[in-house]
Amino acid sequence: MTAANPLRDLLAEKGVLLADGATGTNLFAMGLEAGEAPELWNETHPERIDKLHQDFVDAGADIILSNSFGGTRHRLKLHHAQDRVFDLNKRAAEIARAVADRAPRKVIVAGSVGPTGELLVPLGAMTYEDAVAAFVEQMEGLKAGGADVAWIETMSSADEIRAAAEAATTVGLPYTYTGSFDTAGRTMMGVDPKDIHGIAKDMGDGPVAVGANCGVGASDILSSLLDMTAADPDAITIVKGNCGIPEFRGAEIYYSGTPPLMAEYARLARDAGARIIGGCCGTSCEHLAAMRHALDDYTPRPRPTIEEIVERIGPLRNKMASESGGDGTRDRRRRRT
Amino acid sequence: MSEDDIILAELSDEELVQQMHDDLYDGLKDEVEEATRILLDRGWVPYDVLTQALVEGMRIVGIDFRDGILFVPEVLLSANAMKAGMNILRPLLAATGAPKQGKMVIGTVKGDIHDIGKNLVGMMMEGAGFDVIDLGINNPVENYLEALEREKPDILGMSALLTTTMPYMKVVIDTMKEKGIRDDYVILVGGAPLNEEFGKAVGADAYCRDAAVAVETAKEYIRRKHNSLSVG
Repeated sequence: MTAANPLRDLLAEKGVLLADGATGTNLFAMGLEAGEAPELWNETHPERIDKLHQDFVDAGADIILSNSFGGTRHRLKLHHAQDRVFDLNKRAAEIARAVADRAPRKVIVAGSVGPTGELLVPLGAMTYEDAVAAFVEQMEGLKAGGADVAWIETMSSADEIRAAAEAATTVGLPYTYTGSFDTAGRTMMGVDPKDIHGIAKDMGDGPVAVGANCGVGASDILSSLLDMTAADPDAITIVKGNCGIPEFRGAEIYYSGTPPLMAEYARLARDAGARIIGGCCGTSCEHLAAMRHALDDYTPRPRPTIEEIVERIGPLRNKMASESGGDGTRDRRRRRT
Repeated sequence: MSEDDIILAELSDEELVQQMHDDLYDGLKDEVEEATRILLDRGWVPYDVLTQALVEGMRIVGIDFRDGILFVPEVLLSANAMKAGMNILRPLLAATGAPKQGKMVIGTVKGDIHDIGKNLVGMMMEGAGFDVIDLGINNPVENYLEALEREKPDILGMSALLTTTMPYMKVVIDTMKEKGIRDDYVILVGGAPLNEEFGKAVGADAYCRDAAVAVETAKEYIRRKHNSLSVG
């Protein structure tokens, strides 16, 4: 028996979907203070979260992410909200659900699930079972609030991805996951984009889609995308990149990406085989509208090379995954086996 | 070649130090501990064990981390092996009045729970011979100010991993400016969403892309400080 999977259905219907833009950086513009937990706004300022979702839907998003990125007990603990995991996540999903339900077209509610911030055994203290339990607790809230899919994002550890995927399967939600390839083309923990597909294949029905989000600039994430779509051309691949890089102007943070740049990024993402395209940090509704416009009635060009990407939207900030990793040529005394 | 073929105690000093570099690289804690003890038993002064074996070994790890050959899991194992050696040396170093590189206060900013990168910087700095005072996570500006007052470090390090917390670095530095103490410290910042321009904009002396760069940068600033002191 196959459970309901609205994301898969909409992909089948439309082919390519536009996910939304940033949550955290847009909430700053609405008055969030540095260090405050965005998730608490689900209770204190639900109308602002509603507005952000609505603005993204108006800009053309097919998928909106609930305001629940830091919604595991490990993160909420910092704000003394670790006992309200279910309620805060349920609220987050409900706010997004209400916006999606009043939209004139089908909009997917993705329940955002970010990393716990803990290291798993043996590097850290969190056991795999504890990680699964933390994600189950969060995802039960998201599911109760009406999320269509568990949207596991900004991950760097393969084990943590597996724990979150197992939790989604336990809770009975379809899931997607994306890594943040911010360290020499890989995740901080060394996951190579070309290996992203295999991480949780055996969990439940497998992921609906996998990919990359956040990371560094737009060019870098497209380099990761090329690696991912080359590794498995048939997989449904997500790319949700930052809107350029952060800069301070006076006391406020701006991201260097312009709407035209993000439009070209969206077209290049399509050319490179992405099926779900969105923006991460710094991506405003204006940027997203430009991306929607760029993707509508768009006929993909041939698959771009990294040189063509750099030529169109600017240089890479980091080295590419293919240039990282050891080649075993380091001089050493004697290798222990 | 199997592991049993290497008997650390049978290696010459030079071979043993090289083997320690390899064992640090591979994160072999027990072997690093054993080799540290062997060198001490052979009459090495603790400071030489620290600099030639541990610091040099971690310098090599740092280079490969910086160059994207090693990633956080490997470096954490290396740092743990280094710490095991350091734990043996620390009391001996204190007793022998060995020279210090400098002192650093480090902490993750308010609202942020992430400490993986920050811990790595702390460990690598220790591995490079610095005294490190770790304030942990979620530090409001008051924590930083108290620690600066109490510890009188050379360097303040701040870390943030979230776009929603990184602006807090500016709050801390602006407060230090208001109090007229900004220029008493070298301020280094780091974290995945940051960049060089961001570091400058918040008023830090430098942005450090990773723990290896943090160590190099810290050493460079300490060197400059010493130079300016000897000139002035």
